[in-house]
Amino acid sequence: MPVTRGFTGGARRGGDKRLPPGQYDTGAGWPVLTAELTPTIDLDTWTMTVDGLVENPTTWDWRGIHALPAASYFGDIHCVTTWTKFDTTFAGVSVDALLEIAKPRPEATHVMATSTTGYNTNLPLEDITDGKAWIVWEFDGKPLAAEHGGPVRMLVPHLYFWKSAKWITRIELMDHDEQGFWERNGYHDRGDPWLEQRYQGDA
Amino acid sequence: MTEPVVEAVASSWTTGTVREVERFGETYVRLRLEVADRHDHVPGQHYVVRLRAPDGYTAQRSYSLASDPADPLIELMVECLPRGEVSGFLHDVAEVGDELELRGPIGRWFVWGGKVPSLLVAGGSGVVPFISMLRFARRMGTASELTIVASAQTRERLPYIDELEEFGAFIALTRENHGNRVAAHIYPDELAELSKGIERAYVCGSAGFVSFIGRSLGEAGVRSDIVRVEQFGATA
Repeated sequence: MPVTRGFTGGARRGGDKRLPPGQYDTGAGWPVLTAELTPTIDLDTWTMTVDGLVENPTTWDWRGIHALPAASYFGDIHCVTTWTKFDTTFAGVSVDALLEIAKPRPEATHVMATSTTGYNTNLPLEDITDGKAWIVWEFDGKPLAAEHGGPVRMLVPHLYFWKSAKWITRIELMDHDEQGFWERNGYHDRGDPWLEQRYQGDA
Repeated sequence: MTEPVVEAVASSWTTGTVREVERFGETYVRLRLEVADRHDHVPGQHYVVRLRAPDGYTAQRSYSLASDPADPLIELMVECLPRGEVSGFLHDVAEVGDELELRGPIGRWFVWGGKVPSLLVAGGSGVVPFISMLRFARRMGTASELTIVASAQTRERLPYIDELEEFGAFIALTRENHGNRVAAHIYPDELAELSKGIERAYVCGSAGFVSFIGRSLGEAGVRSDIVRVEQFGATA
């Protein structure tokens, strides 16, 4: 592709090796991007379910999920709209802890993560196991704000952030891949920021 | 959530040649481009603009289209943001004849196919995708299905205000009087009146604006599951 006349890279230009291709450092900001209005979720009735192809379909309530071993993530997050936020801290539980109880069946290969709003996103099972994904309710030591997916969201930081479903309520294990909301709407099925898998058709 | 209305097109990178540039003070720049191998868009969709430095460094951002799909050129109205790497370049440097890398059209959720009676609520540059919907509707003879509400601090901050006024959009300026309406935010009572008979609502603006309008639509009795939103900008 040709060079853009007169463009050398602006103030955002960092050269930070933690920045995937085509991304910029959003600094202290945290843009809000959703397709729907932010829901109001009552913690007294909130539940998290893991079901589908598992031996032991399980639903946790707000107190129950806090009884699982605490886990946290410190690192970067990358949004397909090209911002990257460095050094974030999230806390909650590891998805591994949920799967250890629910026990995936051998034929399970993919999951669909679903929000209370109906938003959903698909992921290969191996992208949410072995310490790669969390269910989180704290950001930076404070309760996760509603506009950022609070009270509880999924966190899959090695993929573009639309995979980290806000307002998560269910993970369904499946023996095949099925497109979620943004994937049906033109975005990539996997979404690896280091491979720039932004849209359908990207390698 | 309902299913998307637009068929999948795997978009790839192409080239756009700038044919017209118009700058509106320090705030907005309008670019009209001729796109090689162009696919028709659906009103509400966006393009990605990618800039490339001599050493291979790139920066890319998404911009909604303002143009009707039948327009021989695509039209972008870009708000110039402080330290905006791409918007600053488009505002300060881009000239007629420049070639830009483009990818699109993208997005199959925040789109209007021309039939569903809809309320469109915009804050500032959030009006851009609604201009595409309006121009399309006028050509198709379905403009009566659209109710447009547009808000900004001042007249200067609301792109396409002349086109919106001519259509009869409800305009709410928050720091200036506008016609008979004094400077004020959009009130739930106003939205309740404007949302009569709609089957869908689209809200586009900053995260703060969308959040504010979301609450107001709720107070106005609009069900949240008929509301589609698009947001931009940073929060602290």
